[in-house]
Amino acid sequence: MKKFNKVFSAVLASAMAASLLAGCGGAAAGGSNTFKIGAIGPLTGAAAAYGNAVVNGAQIAVDEINEAGGINGVQIEYKSEDDELNAEKSVNAYNTLKDWGMQILVGSTTSACSIAVSENTKNDNMFQLTPSGSAEDCVKYDNVFRVCFSDPNQGIASAQYISDHNLATKVGIIYDNSDVYSSGIYQKFVEESAGKNFEIVSAEAYTQDNNTDFSVQLQKAKDAGADLVFLPIYYSDAALILTQANTMGYAPTFFGVDGMDGILTVENFDPSLAEGVMLLTPFAADATDDLTVNFVKKYNEKYGETPNQFAADAYDAVYIIKAAIEKSGVTPDKTTEEICEALKGAMTQIEATGLTSQKMTWDASGEPNKEPKAVVIKNGTYVSAE
Amino acid sequence: MSFLTYLINGLSLGSIYAIIALGYTMVYGIAKMLNFAHGDFIMVGCYIIFSVSAALSGNSVVGIIVAIILCTVLGVTTEFVAYRPLRGAASPLAVLITAIGVSYLLENIALLIYGADIKSFTSVVTWEGVSFAGGELKIQGVTIITILVSVVILIALQLFINKTKQGQAMLAASEDKGAAALMGINVNRTIALTFAIGSALAAVAGALLCSAYPSLSPYTGAMPGIKAFVAAVLGGIGSIPGAMIGGLVLGIVEILSKTYISSQLSDAIVFGILVVVLLVKPTGILGKQIQEKV
Repeated sequence: MKKFNKVFSAVLASAMAASLLAGCGGAAAGGSNTFKIGAIGPLTGAAAAYGNAVVNGAQIAVDEINEAGGINGVQIEYKSEDDELNAEKSVNAYNTLKDWGMQILVGSTTSACSIAVSENTKNDNMFQLTPSGSAEDCVKYDNVFRVCFSDPNQGIASAQYISDHNLATKVGIIYDNSDVYSSGIYQKFVEESAGKNFEIVSAEAYTQDNNTDFSVQLQKAKDAGADLVFLPIYYSDAALILTQANTMGYAPTFFGVDGMDGILTVENFDPSLAEGVMLLTPFAADATDDLTVNFVKKYNEKYGETPNQFAADAYDAVYIIKAAIEKSGVTPDKTTEEICEALKGAMTQIEATGLTSQKMTWDASGEPNKEPKAVVIKNGTYVSAE
Repeated sequence: MSFLTYLINGLSLGSIYAIIALGYTMVYGIAKMLNFAHGDFIMVGCYIIFSVSAALSGNSVVGIIVAIILCTVLGVTTEFVAYRPLRGAASPLAVLITAIGVSYLLENIALLIYGADIKSFTSVVTWEGVSFAGGELKIQGVTIITILVSVVILIALQLFINKTKQGQAMLAASEDKGAAALMGINVNRTIALTFAIGSALAAVAGALLCSAYPSLSPYTGAMPGIKAFVAAVLGGIGSIPGAMIGGLVLGIVEILSKTYISSQLSDAIVFGILVVVLLVKPTGILGKQIQEKV
């Protein structure tokens, strides 16, 4: 047995050495006559709806660009891989795409996967643009940018939106202080609210251990005269808040962020309770601008469903990459590192337009700077608030 | 006026804690074990009502009856399968750990069947309630029903235990199982009956809990279960009127401390009060000092 082990480890060691060499070979090769863009997302499992939307949205953008003659006359090759919402598998998917020759990554779709992959793109110095990774750490490296707002920045965007559209004069907040997502948005919202045309009259917290009775939080907002209640929380708690507000006869405007998306899918939930609820989201499929109408039509034809915000983020991501390549003038025969350096520089200079915003700019931190958009729930569906 | 609203909200929450605590304290008082799965019996009851009502297009009365029957069966079965074999175990911890195991088992079965997504529960109480002072003060129907139901249960349990033969057998078994058995009382059957009543109460508590706070998930019963346990200890565990008082005190303290002190600290305050009460009166508000005879 001992002998076998020795043989076995020798074989293993040589195999590993070989794979190391193979790895070197792959990275050094570089150069190609097309831009190779890869995408990663959960295509199966619990978050399959997100991953498929990203992969399909990007595919539509790639097809459009290729049909129109490519980027600076160069065609795009596109390939996607499944990560099953698992950070390790996301890294595996990244390695598979790298072996294929990927030069630019659109992904990963979800925050934890995106963060795991960014450790690798950082080492390889590959340009990474995540369409929907919203955790703060997703863009901690300088080679990673994102299309969506970060979690806490949704607080800033919400405050701006409420102020710009004169939605309220007195605002109440109910947030979950046992959750970093919710309390992060809450803090940024409060900071941004200073000097705006509304006043925060009540800010009440709850925790996941105490999330059944919201009567006090709602009563306090009501007594303080809040005409808008900001809910930077997930829809499961929000469903309960809406029900309790209804039974106590309190009907302010409720304003949520992306965690509110899903409130209409709660089983047995009376959608009339959510009537008039607003939520910050980058994309409304019923918007009437040409770009959205065209995108929704193509998506429907090709995949038989209405695209969501993830599809829109990914569609924009491909066009943002196109804009950055055009700005830098980089060519596909350069190495991955050279392309990354060129795009990093170009990202801070471009001004992109897309489905999720008329105008998007970036600074070196990787955070987008764009106009927030919102939808409102009418007759049980999302309708653009503008 | 808003103070009254808060007080009524507290009463509403407190009476739900009280009904759950009644189930806890029944089982503890007689079987001398903490059934930590009690909160999950509530959750099972809620899911049964939810499924039956959905199948019968909204008929919640049948749902409640089915839930009471099935929860009773569940309680008796759990007692028979998981707790009875351990009753003679050297350490009372064995059965406590088993109860925690049953709790996780039930939660995970619910996760398997219904998934983690929350379901919106249709209130079994259709009555809107009453308003005073031109709508300024509103008492919801479910609040009034909950308080009434908890009082009725309290009286019924007191009568049952003090006036019936079965009830007397329970009292005897709670004082000394061995002596009760010598007097011709079937202790196993008596304890099974206790579990049956406790679990039926869980189904009723579930119906009222989910009517007042209409969101249903596999973890619905967990936190109210723990709070109700605190209520039972606060009132004096084993004492039936104590559970009622403990539940009401806990509900009112929770709501008022959320209102006037801090919405984040309310749990800390509630548990802090428990510590203080237990320091001053270790047996709880109505608990009896049991003399250990040497």
